[in-house]
Amino acid sequence: MKEFWQRFARNRGAVVGLVILIGVIFLALFGPALYPESPWRMTAPPFQPPLEHPGAYFGTDTLGRDIAAGLVHGARVSMLVGLVSTTVALGIGVALGAMAGYFGGVVDNAIMRFVEFFQTIPSVVLAIVLVAVLQPSIESIVIAIAIVSWPPVARLVRGEFLSLRSREFVEAAVIAGQSNARIIFSQILPNTLSPIIVMASLMVATAILLESAISFLGLGDRNLMSWGYMIGAARTVLREAWWMSVFPGVAILLTVLSLNLVGEGLNDALNPRLARKGR
Amino acid sequence: MAILEFVGRRLFWAIFVILGIVILNFILLRLAPGDPAAIMAGQSGATDPEYIAQLRVQFGLDQPLYMQLLTYIRDVAMLDLGMSGRQQVPVIDLIARRLPATLLLTITAYFLSLGLGVLLGVLAARRVGKWQDSVITVLALLAYATPLFWIGLMLILLFSVTLGWLPAYGMRTTGAGLTGMAYVLDILHHLILPMVTLGLFYMAVYARLARASMLEVADQDYIKTAVAKGLPDGRVTRAHMLRNAVLPVISFAGFQAGHLVGGAVLVETVFAWPGIGRLAFDALLQRDYNVLLGVFLFTAIMVIIFNIITDIIYTLVDPRIEVGR
Repeated sequence: MKEFWQRFARNRGAVVGLVILIGVIFLALFGPALYPESPWRMTAPPFQPPLEHPGAYFGTDTLGRDIAAGLVHGARVSMLVGLVSTTVALGIGVALGAMAGYFGGVVDNAIMRFVEFFQTIPSVVLAIVLVAVLQPSIESIVIAIAIVSWPPVARLVRGEFLSLRSREFVEAAVIAGQSNARIIFSQILPNTLSPIIVMASLMVATAILLESAISFLGLGDRNLMSWGYMIGAARTVLREAWWMSVFPGVAILLTVLSLNLVGEGLNDALNPRLARKGR
Repeated sequence: MAILEFVGRRLFWAIFVILGIVILNFILLRLAPGDPAAIMAGQSGATDPEYIAQLRVQFGLDQPLYMQLLTYIRDVAMLDLGMSGRQQVPVIDLIARRLPATLLLTITAYFLSLGLGVLLGVLAARRVGKWQDSVITVLALLAYATPLFWIGLMLILLFSVTLGWLPAYGMRTTGAGLTGMAYVLDILHHLILPMVTLGLFYMAVYARLARASMLEVADQDYIKTAVAKGLPDGRVTRAHMLRNAVLPVISFAGFQAGHLVGGAVLVETVFAWPGIGRLAFDALLQRDYNVLLGVFLFTAIMVIIFNIITDIIYTLVDPRIEVGR
């Protein structure tokens, strides 16, 4: 564990990312306690620039809602959507990838064609279409993001399984008569965890970006304040009120950036042999 | 022969993907809320159940599902994507009218990002560890983490609102009545911001990739040979390293085509660029599923075409590889 931290901390960017990420998570967990009122409620006159109106440090939007309250509540939605959709996508991707890599042959072929199909169709468009057809809600957004983000996981897991499948410890387990499920879950899968963890951190980042795009297009959950929605709603008044679009965008940028940096740090720490050159 | 086999395999894959999307579209249409017959009846202002039942027979909605699917596939094969709900125009006409704008945007953004990305990546690799390298790496990290639509808004804020250099939306100056060269320049003027917005992210991706790939190639023995025999630096970079280093970038660019086309939907929405992405956005607002799914199908077709273009570029850059590989 100590060694892990040393390797992680050697990547300075990753440490910065971790600090930002902890801040965002803190905001998502405890922020709503600071702003217990609904972020949809009007608290001040509309179109207040930042620092103008007492209490509304980040200004107010076109309907007098506090931008700061929106940012805090949006953090929760972003993190929630990012984590849940990544978990679902990991489930689908690991299951299909493991089957393809473990069984090989026809199963592998069929699954990989399926993966390629999903990688060919434009994922953003598919996600938008899915949310529109299933009706906008937090559940449909999570489902849509999960459906478009599992293929890289399946590819990764398949590759790992292919190379581990012929290792001696797996063959020993086969000879010992262990069931396929047992071999997959207790022999091979634990050995593929570190690349999966690295990929997961990057997937959360992508999911947050995708969620913001969906909400920006007006397909967000009507009951939940989200960063993408705030930008989309402020788009028409960009000329008069820059702060309404700038702050939520910076929030997305910082969150996604921190996740990417942490992902790189995890990669350095978990796969030291693969640490990139030229750094 | 290799060429024929390659084209055949590509065509087969393309048909497979398109068929898959048509089936997916069919399922999504079934999942979409509302009874299609009732919606059609509602559009013509009638609500009596008899008329709805008649419509159902007329459009084959009383048939078993697999028959409906076959009919749907046949219709799509004949480019009949149904009618747009509100405008009562064939969807295919709407898409055909909007497609050129989208093609202009995506193709220019594609080549801009590939060209500039490789250039920046090479620059970063040649100045490894120096400030140029750091600046490019940081810019790439930022571009990676910024939502595409937000970059677009910020560019509008800077170049249109604050500086007033570039138009913020649309494709041409309305009512200017420009012709000839002035018309083309007007469109290019409008194209700059959306093109840069869409290209920026991919430029960052390709720059990072090109940098890593250049560094990898720089370790090879034949590069040491080239340096040892006294070739000038620039020539080693251009003639010996670049050609090999750029290959993974190009294959990745083909792989990313889907994202590029998807990104175009967002960029067109921000800049009111009159392409199929903007059409999809309007369809979203009106819940016009026929148009939405038609756009979905065409974006997928565009991705397949981009993949083929990428393969061709790949063989042009690397003569060792025949397309049949």
